[in-house]
Amino acid sequence: MDTSLQPVTTAQPASEEHGHPDFRLFGLATFLVADGMTFAGFFAAYLTFRAVNPLPEGAIYELELLLPTINTVLLLVSSFTFHRAGTACRSGRMQTSRRWLLLSIALGIAFLAGQMVEYFSLPFGLTDNLFASTFYALTGFHGLHVTLGVICILIVWFQARPGGSISQDSHFGLEAAELYWHFVDGIWVILYGILYLL
Amino acid sequence: MTVANPLELEPGLQPQGWLRYLSFSLDHKVIGIQYLVCGFLFYLVGGALAGVIRTELASPMSDFVGRDTYNEVLTLHGTIMIFLWIVPVVNGAFGNYLIPFYVGARDMAFPRLNAVAFWLIPPAGLLLISSYFLAGAASQSGWTAYPPLSLTTPAAGQIVWILSVLLLGGSSIFGGINFIATVLKLRRPGLKLMQLPMFCWAMLGTSILVVLATPVLAGTLVMLSFDIIAHTGFFNPSLGGNVVVYQHLFWFYSHPAVYIMVLPAFGLVSEILPVHARKPLFGYTTMVYSIMAIVVLGLVVWAHHMFTSGTPPWMRLFFTIATSFIAVPTGIKFFNWLATLWGGKIALNSAVLFSCAFIFNFVFGGITGVALAQVPFDIHVHDTYFVVGHFHYIVYGGSVFVIFASLYHWYPKFTGRLLNEDLGRLHFVLTFIGFNLCFAPQHWLGLNGMPRRVAEYDPAFTTWNQVSSVGALLMAISTLPLLINVVVTAFRGPVAGDNPWNALTPEWLTSSPPPVENWIGEAPLVTEPYGYGEHPGGFDLDRISGRDLWSSGKS
Ligand code: HEM
Ligand SMILES: [Cu+2]
Repeated sequence: MDTSLQPVTTAQPASEEHGHPDFRLFGLATFLVADGMTFAGFFAAYLTFRAVNPLPEGAIYELELLLPTINTVLLLVSSFTFHRAGTACRSGRMQTSRRWLLLSIALGIAFLAGQMVEYFSLPFGLTDNLFASTFYALTGFHGLHVTLGVICILIVWFQARPGGSISQDSHFGLEAAELYWHFVDGIWVILYGILYLL
Repeated sequence: MTVANPLELEPGLQPQGWLRYLSFSLDHKVIGIQYLVCGFLFYLVGGALAGVIRTELASPMSDFVGRDTYNEVLTLHGTIMIFLWIVPVVNGAFGNYLIPFYVGARDMAFPRLNAVAFWLIPPAGLLLISSYFLAGAASQSGWTAYPPLSLTTPAAGQIVWILSVLLLGGSSIFGGINFIATVLKLRRPGLKLMQLPMFCWAMLGTSILVVLATPVLAGTLVMLSFDIIAHTGFFNPSLGGNVVVYQHLFWFYSHPAVYIMVLPAFGLVSEILPVHARKPLFGYTTMVYSIMAIVVLGLVVWAHHMFTSGTPPWMRLFFTIATSFIAVPTGIKFFNWLATLWGGKIALNSAVLFSCAFIFNFVFGGITGVALAQVPFDIHVHDTYFVVGHFHYIVYGGSVFVIFASLYHWYPKFTGRLLNEDLGRLHFVLTFIGFNLCFAPQHWLGLNGMPRRVAEYDPAFTTWNQVSSVGALLMAISTLPLLINVVVTAFRGPVAGDNPWNALTPEWLTSSPPPVENWIGEAPLVTEPYGYGEHPGGFDLDRISGRDLWSSGKS
């Protein structure tokens, strides 16, 4: 007769017994879904404000497009360079990988610098009107993500040095940073569309 | 690639004995108990605050505490009960203790994250309570913190409130990520999703809601704090802002939050009933789909809290229909529980009494909920005591009753000792009568127009308010037998044996309390956790549970 409970006696390999496969990337991806929902909330708020709350006399929605467009390109290229870094690492070319990482860092910093330039050239401040506040909240929150990302890539770059903890066979840190960086870039593309183009 | 099991790291560094409950332990069982005890302490604080509220409302004038103090007490009560008692206990305590057993694992997927999530809670809770003393005044704008009220009440208290809720939200998100990874990824090889005990599905659904909805609340509260500190105008009408956007964002989290409080309770009841009725859980598959339907629908009904906030007609129509639809999966679960009990050999012990009372209370709260979802009715009773009655039938009559049921059911697992049944039944009778006496009259008060959240009321409402306060007193008294029972039993209760209920779910197929790694040998593969009564001559637990594999695990 088929019993409902069966003790399983087949021994498992020792590595499975006292450890388990690495789910950290899965965990990070789940976290990024949550993080994405924070942005979704901000976007929803912005779009509603825009639809129903008229701005005071003289305030404008139109923003200078040149700088943010360059910034968008910078971020997209940095996603590509990071991808190259990942591929290089996985095939064991650590020196190449580190060079691509450095390039990604440079692009990230260039993006942040561009953002600063934009902030200082805008005709409105944080509390001027609803649009201004939302603009700074959205881009600022995203900028924080980019800053954190740049710091992460710096750490990864350092750990990928010869003899460091990141190598061809052990590169969780690099993959996590890469996933995060692609996420931050993806959010920027949406943000650019909603904030600047719409 | 494999990661070393953290339980194996730093041997000897983890404190033993009761001290480990005060440590940064990575053991899911220790963390579960930490959540439970910590939550219960906050429950006592929240209960004392409820006592202040009901004492104040025993007479129509605000003569016990001042009006501002009343608002602080009300705000702290709601915030503590939701964020520091029910959410951490139904998710963190029982989830952490049971889920690894149910999936046949030795711990959660991310033990360190798990410990971090727990240790965010005590500081956040103390911060919240201390705002009453430190910041001059605690938050006074209710657990909903609606602007513009939250922009005009004392700023320091409101900021501390936001900070505390952000920490608790972070803890909740970390927990949710951990549960999703554990249920989906950490299952013992050979164990299929549709063979999991129902509580796993409940926690999976809950965690999806946590991960999708909590971040929106966090973002919203950050915007609110900008309005308070930096004087932006997101939600400040006098600066061109929009308060209704706050309400939308807040309820986008807080309606799912009611399911974050009640779905795990559904799961726990689904574990308790089959064991004590000696019958399989009725309708496993429909139960799973109902949970998932509730998760999906729960995300698209939030505006039923805003029918009086100038919502346009199409929105009212949509949210009324969506909300009414939730009654369908909820009803399915209700009938499944009844069918599980039907014809069973029910042992009427404290765990079952609390579970059955849960079904009763929850149905009542569900019916008033569906009533509230109908716009013409809701416009009449919104922001009255009817709403207070509705949600207490669900959060107290539902979730808290289930927490008590679970305590009686799993206490022998936690400690190896059985709680006293006489004290348990006394606790049940006092709680059940006190609860209904306290909250049933509030529906009547609300129907007659008594507004909520106000320290004073029309003297015509006095009698029923006094009845309600007497009920609250009974509920306070009912805590005593529980406390005595839990404390005395821990030291000299009768030894329960490993499996006092002859249960088939995996947490019972090991010693009580379980060894550090849950099973000394291999985890048993339990493919039919509810196989009660399916073996005509009774089943031979020794033969089918693999007792030989675990009885040496006595600790
Ligand atoms: C059958 C399912 C349910 C329906 C149809 C329903 C419907 C409603 C509606 C329409 C309101 C708004 C009343 C108003 O403010 O005018 C409400 C309030 C509330 N419900 Fe439910 N509900 C249901 C289940 C639940 C559950 C399961 C919980 C908790 C575990 C819950 C907790 C609450 C709370 C806390 C409030 C009041 C929030 C506040 O304003 O402070 N409800 N419910
Ligand atoms: Cu709701």
